[in-house]
Amino acid sequence: MADPMKIRARLEGDVADVRVLMAHPMETGQRKGPDGKLVPLHFIQTITAQLNGKPVFQAEVSQAISRNPVFGFKVKGAKPGDKLTITWIDNKGDRRTDEVTLAAG
Amino acid sequence: MTDFSRRAALKGAGAGSLLAAAMAAGLLRPSDALADWNKSAFAAKTVGDALQSLRVTSPTETKDIAIRAPDIAENGAVVPIEIQSSIPGTKSIAVLIEKNPFPYAGSFDFAQGALPFVALRVKIGQSSNVRAVVTAADGKFYTAVKEVKVTIGGCGG
Repeated sequence: MADPMKIRARLEGDVADVRVLMAHPMETGQRKGPDGKLVPLHFIQTITAQLNGKPVFQAEVSQAISRNPVFGFKVKGAKPGDKLTITWIDNKGDRRTDEVTLAAG
Repeated sequence: MTDFSRRAALKGAGAGSLLAAAMAAGLLRPSDALADWNKSAFAAKTVGDALQSLRVTSPTETKDIAIRAPDIAENGAVVPIEIQSSIPGTKSIAVLIEKNPFPYAGSFDFAQGALPFVALRVKIGQSSNVRAVVTAADGKFYTAVKEVKVTIGGCGG
């Protein structure tokens, strides 16, 4: 199981400014490991963010995203107490879901 | 859903292939269906092919997409990029790094109050244009580029 995401969501008025850090190697399949062999592709493919269960932000990404990916996005109409859920799925079918509750300020 | 997996498992057991059934059940999880991964666009080796796979036709060059990225990135493995669209009805933003082996880096869809903004960090193999392509609600496409010079590449190693 992958390490938890770090999700920081700051409310500015009714806009939630979200930043999420995911722990993932994001291997490109082009890098050689210590044994001289190519390290196989291993990367996050899809990301979904939901606010109170409704999808607000979705992404499909490639191995070109940096290791331990960081994404930022903003959601208008958010308020304290709203639940923000983020899920990623990688090319090996591993997944991770984490949730935060938006706090005022 | 549960019912379907059960049936699939039974069918698979009949065929003597539990693994196939498990895979079928796994592939049909509802959350996976939400976001399809555009395999052909990600496999494209040129910007033109990638855009074709993304069904982007004749995007208009615009100043209404702001791409914030460093002019010179010392480390191509981690290049922070922020893209903000001020085009009304922006539905999604796609990001292409033109000189990467596979230019299409991903796309970001906005719904239910999400603002047309995304921040990400990408690998850039060599100095390249970073291209953003916006799909608007009226089905039109808009694009903008920003050049990023890279002193140490982000691919291979």
